[in-house]
Amino acid sequence: MAKLQELMKLSGHQDRVWCVAWNPTGTLLASCGGDKIIRIWGKEGDKWVCKSILAEGHQRTIRSVGWSPCGNYLASASFDATTNIWSRKEGEFECIASLEGHENEVKAVSWAPTGLLLATCSRDKSVWIWEVTEDEEYECASVISSHTQDVKYAVWHPTREMLASCSYDNTIKLFKEEIDDWTCCNTLESHTSTVWKISFDQTGHRIVSCSDDKTLKIWQEYLPGNPEGIDTIGKESAWKCVCTLSGYHNRVIYDVDWSHSNGLIVSACGDECIRVFREEEISDKNQPSFSLVCTQNRAHSQDVNSVAWNPKEPGLLASGSDDGDVKLWEVVLD
Amino acid sequence: MAGKLDNANPVIFEQSKERQVLPEEEDDDVTDKIDDREVFDMIRNINDPEHPLTLEELNVVENARVKVDDENNYVGIEFTPTIPHCSMATLIGLSIRVKLLRSLPPRFKVDVSITPGTHASEVAVNKQLADKERVAAALENSHLIEVVNQCLATRK
Repeated sequence: MAKLQELMKLSGHQDRVWCVAWNPTGTLLASCGGDKIIRIWGKEGDKWVCKSILAEGHQRTIRSVGWSPCGNYLASASFDATTNIWSRKEGEFECIASLEGHENEVKAVSWAPTGLLLATCSRDKSVWIWEVTEDEEYECASVISSHTQDVKYAVWHPTREMLASCSYDNTIKLFKEEIDDWTCCNTLESHTSTVWKISFDQTGHRIVSCSDDKTLKIWQEYLPGNPEGIDTIGKESAWKCVCTLSGYHNRVIYDVDWSHSNGLIVSACGDECIRVFREEEISDKNQPSFSLVCTQNRAHSQDVNSVAWNPKEPGLLASGSDDGDVKLWEVVLD
Repeated sequence: MAGKLDNANPVIFEQSKERQVLPEEEDDDVTDKIDDREVFDMIRNINDPEHPLTLEELNVVENARVKVDDENNYVGIEFTPTIPHCSMATLIGLSIRVKLLRSLPPRFKVDVSITPGTHASEVAVNKQLADKERVAAALENSHLIEVVNQCLATRK
């Protein structure tokens, strides 16, 4: 039987942990939450320890953190309506910018693969795109007001200059730059409640989403002129929900992460479980079958809010919870 | 609260009697499970935001609409706004949520929702109350938390 093996429990946060994020080389893990502090964890010998504590950057809960593709910058999004940029030089972190503009809680921040663009999203229903200038200045390039409710999360496509976001309005939206502004090119509708998180697979042709409706959904991209004959408009692809995983989760699913190294999908749920899914070997692209690989019951003693695959070590996983702990796990496949 | 009241003349209901403490509850060797009545006791004295009355006196909360499953760490509460357009429904639900957050052990999952069919914006209010990120943000809002604390304060 496949299982999750707990490697370590990283304690230190004084309040719920909202988010855990690996740096691109998988050597550092950042965590943040209700205590308004960012902790940076790193490996010493065979143990993971807290290397740095980034305090006094925010006045309220830090909802999420995200690393730049080069790994030299960390961005933090807070309920205090600001996004901070931390620069890492010789192992020390320094706050070099505070991005203001959102009216209220910023919920997520994400760097484009080029490192030249940053996206933030907020309860004010907007998604902001920021340009990074050569002298480390951040300028607002666009304010997208396409969602009708809080935007819970925004993430860039792994290879293309395309942004995806998900919202309390139950939809997922995709954005591209058209001539001189960013516009919504697709709206993905199927979830019946808040979509908390989305994650692209390695190819960028698929998205997995998780929701308050207790389901995971797999979305497949169909390029114009696709052999399946799925309708597309102009040069835009169509995105279609090709699989719904229901009946596995008992409460809200707060996070989902699709591994780019081994294709496993992990989910974080309000029922305190972490679950791992994988596509079956014989699976139709247009009607794929995914099966549960393992469930870790009582992974934490309260809601699991965040899960993240290590980008370099396949099967290494970090999680964060309302119980204030960060945990590291190893997936042991059969 | 000054100004026009949503419901100026609410029907007032009789309060329940104090809960009887059974001998085994005093016995430290017996596991004392949390039951419906105990959780009802946590919320029945919450003040209504508009009237100098408790949620129990207005029948907004009732013992029968409190469901506790101690074994499975679950508490489900339905509350009934006095009128279907009550603008205070979200605040009342938030007050119940906060009170239970402060009173119950963290192992409990709590769902607070409007009694089906008793409010015009039932679905929207329920969705908002179920969103823990919004609740967390509300709790960091000093103005809002002050209003909630007034609802939760013990009346002199």
